[in-house]
Amino acid sequence: MTTEATDWRPGASLDVLQLRAGMLSDIRDFFRRRRVMEVTTPLMSAAGATEPNLESYRVLPPHASGPHSYLQTSPEFPMKRLLAAGAGSIYQICPVFRCGESGSRHNPEFTMIEWYRPGLDLDQLMIELIDLLAALLPKHRMRGPAVRIPYQDLFKTHLGLDPLSASGAELQACARERGLGTVAGLDATDRDAWLDLLISHCIEPHLDSSIPTFVHGYPASQAALACLDPDDPRLARRFELYLGGMELANGYHELADANELAARFARDNGTRRKRGLSPVPVDLRLLAAVSDGLPDCVGVALGFDRLVMLAADLETVDQAMAFSMPRA
Amino acid sequence: MASYSTSEFRGGLKIMLDGDPCAIIENEFVKPGKGQAFNRVKIRNLLTGRVIERTFKSNESVEAADVMDTEMQYLYSDGEFWHFMHPETYEQVTAGAAALGDGAKWLKEQDACQVTLWNGEPISVTPPNHVTLVVTQTDPGVRGDTSSGGNKPATLETGAVIRVPLFIEIDDVLRVDTRTGEYVSRVKE
Repeated sequence: MTTEATDWRPGASLDVLQLRAGMLSDIRDFFRRRRVMEVTTPLMSAAGATEPNLESYRVLPPHASGPHSYLQTSPEFPMKRLLAAGAGSIYQICPVFRCGESGSRHNPEFTMIEWYRPGLDLDQLMIELIDLLAALLPKHRMRGPAVRIPYQDLFKTHLGLDPLSASGAELQACARERGLGTVAGLDATDRDAWLDLLISHCIEPHLDSSIPTFVHGYPASQAALACLDPDDPRLARRFELYLGGMELANGYHELADANELAARFARDNGTRRKRGLSPVPVDLRLLAAVSDGLPDCVGVALGFDRLVMLAADLETVDQAMAFSMPRA
Repeated sequence: MASYSTSEFRGGLKIMLDGDPCAIIENEFVKPGKGQAFNRVKIRNLLTGRVIERTFKSNESVEAADVMDTEMQYLYSDGEFWHFMHPETYEQVTAGAAALGDGAKWLKEQDACQVTLWNGEPISVTPPNHVTLVVTQTDPGVRGDTSSGGNKPATLETGAVIRVPLFIEIDDVLRVDTRTGEYVSRVKE
């Protein structure tokens, strides 16, 4: 999307902005009733997300040669420090920034609803997430009950292959059979990238758009900051929620092992170097907090602007926010 | 060699794909939240006109296609090639039947056409949206005959055959829409 330099009007209609405001207030009511505390943490910090598939904006002070700061890609790290400090159940509604993510469903700056629940498990978190959506979305946008399907079954059902054991070459052959033969720049050995290609191009479009679908039990290689399943360490205790043909939320049973966390950060930075990306300074305060003790907890991040798209039946994220990047 | 990153992809951008010049029609950014980002792109091959979909890993670079749309004057056809001239530089180019396609039947000498050049060679020619052509052959219209929907075929000076109203006669001058191939009006000489 491109707009003229003098096109000053908002992308969202005033009705949509009104709806947005109402939804924000409903979210706060929802958490107040459940005694989840709202918190505010810095958008800008010295450490950043190491994940190879997320690019943080860097902020430079004027005239300074000192180290730059990072705009957060999610409020996860400071919120976990609050959890370690004993804050209990907490939520935050805040802007997050992801460099280079622009499209009909992506804006480099968007609003995230993120919350953490010590003592709850992933099943309970999925129920709470559906309760929140039910409070925010018109009935016809979400026909219940929610479906839960393991990542492995999803691939077996839709593509007839096992995502845990298939080789890079097999994943590539499956993509080719479905007309995705040549993907410039994709390395045959990068299994996770081929899995991402298949789920986003060949599976996601076939999920029923009005039934909330939880995909859970992600491959351990895509654990991000979720802990592994102690009964089957090939799997991570992570879920994604799909609704309206979009990915709406991403939940974890949070990894609480500081050594494992440090190892994942180091592995991420190794991958970044291999791809020619700059490594990102590791959040040592987070590691210190987790080694002092992160309570056993689950957490989920929900994209607020996509929720507005669903609630108002909008085609693009530009129509769901006042000024998306091309207008900002 | 100039190149574009997927982040610069937008409608109209000309890129090289599998050795052919192509134009981007639509670009969609696709990314699982924590996963690899892709650009799913709809592309028209400018040589064949075929539209295909192709997925790129985001941030890949693609070679730019040196494709330019230029307004040129149609000079003449020697039966095998069509000759065009740039109105200011007087530079001439020669296009083959493949570049002309169906558009050839509308071309009248001196008309201004849009010629798409790839590395300086014409790959497609778009005739003006409206052309004015003389009727060289048509049967006398029988008034009141509505069996043919009130129209009849007429052959124009360039050889094109179109449907015209019954009152049209040989030597009439017609305005024709080349995009639809339809009669627009009779032009008073």
